[in-house]
Amino acid sequence: MKSVIAEHLVKTYRNGEVKALDDLSLDVEEGTVLGVLGPNGAGKTTTVRILATLLKPDSGIATVAGIDVIKHPDKVRELIGLSGQYAAVDETLTGWDNLVMFGRLYHLGKAASVKRAEELLERFSLTDSARRPIKTYSGGMRRRLDLAASLIVQPKVLFLDEPTTGLDPRGRQEMWGVIQELVKGGVTLLLTTQYLEEADQLADEIAVIDHGKVIARGTSDALKKQVGGERLEITVENADIDKTQEIVSRISTSAIHTDIRTISAPVTTGSIALMEALRALDEAKIHPLDIGLKRPSLDDVFLSLTGHVAEEEVIAQPVKKKRGGKK
Amino acid sequence: MKYVISDVMTITKRQLLQLARIPEVLVFSTIQPVMFVLLFRFVFGGSISTGQPGGYVQLLMPGIFVQTVAFTLAATAVGLAEDMKKGLIDRFRSLPISRGAVVIGRTFGDALLNILVLTVMAAAGYAVGWRPTSGSLSIALAFLFLFMFGYALSWIGIYVGLAVKEARTVQSVGFLVTFPLTFLSNAFAPTTGMPKALQYFAEWNPVSTMVAACRQLFGLKNEFGATASSWPSQHPLETSLLYMVLLMVVFIPLSIRKYKNTSN
Ligand SMILES: Nc1ncnc2c1ncn2[C@@H]1O[C@H](COP(=O)(O)OP(=O)(O)OP(=O)(O)O)[C@@H](O)[C@H]1O
Ligand SMILES: [Mg+2]
Repeated sequence: MKSVIAEHLVKTYRNGEVKALDDLSLDVEEGTVLGVLGPNGAGKTTTVRILATLLKPDSGIATVAGIDVIKHPDKVRELIGLSGQYAAVDETLTGWDNLVMFGRLYHLGKAASVKRAEELLERFSLTDSARRPIKTYSGGMRRRLDLAASLIVQPKVLFLDEPTTGLDPRGRQEMWGVIQELVKGGVTLLLTTQYLEEADQLADEIAVIDHGKVIARGTSDALKKQVGGERLEITVENADIDKTQEIVSRISTSAIHTDIRTISAPVTTGSIALMEALRALDEAKIHPLDIGLKRPSLDDVFLSLTGHVAEEEVIAQPVKKKRGGKK
Repeated sequence: MKYVISDVMTITKRQLLQLARIPEVLVFSTIQPVMFVLLFRFVFGGSISTGQPGGYVQLLMPGIFVQTVAFTLAATAVGLAEDMKKGLIDRFRSLPISRGAVVIGRTFGDALLNILVLTVMAAAGYAVGWRPTSGSLSIALAFLFLFMFGYALSWIGIYVGLAVKEARTVQSVGFLVTFPLTFLSNAFAPTTGMPKALQYFAEWNPVSTMVAACRQLFGLKNEFGATASSWPSQHPLETSLLYMVLLMVVFIPLSIRKYKNTSN
């Protein structure tokens, strides 16, 4: 069963001048994770805001857990958790205050709100800072608290908009751990990200979006295949280039590509091809500087799909942020 | 819908908690009006002569009371705009809470703060010689008027905050509205000295009618508007009440609707 369905969503701004969403369709199977991957201005936040009932599309339909988000936003709100792109908690209040407040707003009783707040603080390793104002929290702690606030009542569907943007590598790792735990618990998750690695790590399926459209869709592996399979890559000293090319040509049937001192060629037999290459190089007394099997990264996927790299700002349309990026 | 009251209380409580967590806000929002009382009393008090027993401070206090509650408009607007900017309003809107709760809760929070501010100001006024001469019932009614006026303006603040969105701009808009309103009035000087057009505006200005109403309720004759024979000058209580009802009837539904559709 599909937990989230969006069909032909269109959303324009400034009287149609800016097309935030341009006939976007996607769906999420119950209990799975969909990673929505796209560069700045691709329409990720707009998609999430529509699905989370915060924004009405110009046209198109969307359902969450089978309920129409436009016709019955109130019912949808009871089933979803949302953690937006910027941590949305009350900065002057403590972590504890915030979670208890959200508990009350989810209509838990006083005691139940306190109990739930304490559970969540514990689970997200925030117990020690529970009584400090959020202002004093690090970016990672803020994000965790924000996520905790969206889990007060076990949501059926969870939306996370760029959950790790702005976090340092350690904060990102922590966040990934937290999200993986959640996913194990069986929640349906739609997550947006600009990080190819993140989608690769967390998502069962990836929808690549650009200029408000889904331009590719599939598992991480399928997307990578679209760009080409594994390649054998060998870097050698200048003197050994010719010989190495000859060795590689025996292993790979397809086109060999040489870039300065790196010889690469598509292979179909994976590690067997790697071992063959190593043996042949050893026999020829060639010591490779580097050798390995390279799978195409999602960066390659993005580049081949859109013609530009993912991190690049899209300048084609006026990119005006609604809320100023950093605080 | 059965949770409306509990939702509103949670939001109001949040604002009170904020005050508890950063007491500076509380201190400064009371210091400012007290400073006004002292400045006007001791800087201008000597140079402005009035025919009233007790001098300028008797006329001054109602003016400062009204001016202070008028700033609730800006306070509400700025608070709401900040919440919007931080994404808190988005989060509230994604929760299964009743529609008006977030904005109603905020107007309640600001109203509670006004009670405190009015109390502190009254004490400061008393300390510098302000003595209302009417009965306690009239005095209570005057404070009720002030409280309600602040509350009604709070609803314009909600609308302004939602419409303008940017806290700093909201602050400027708030001042842009409240400063001319408080100075083009009878609050600090007689309207009779103004050019005809301004005088007309000043007499119908809700700040003037409120000030006149309070003066009347505190047992003064409304000296600053005395020569004016217009209806609002003759009937300050009725006009003020009318203004408050009108503001609320218009802005409560308008602001709640704006909140529902905000950022759509
Ligand atoms: N309120 C608005 N007014 C005008 N244009 C808008 C508005 N909101 C979004 N847009 C535009 O719609 C497009 C999609 O925006 P959106 O915020 O969905 O992108 P995003 O993928 O979330 O980007 P980012 O990675 O920067 O968060 C952008 O071009 C943006 O400028
Ligand atoms: Mg975004």
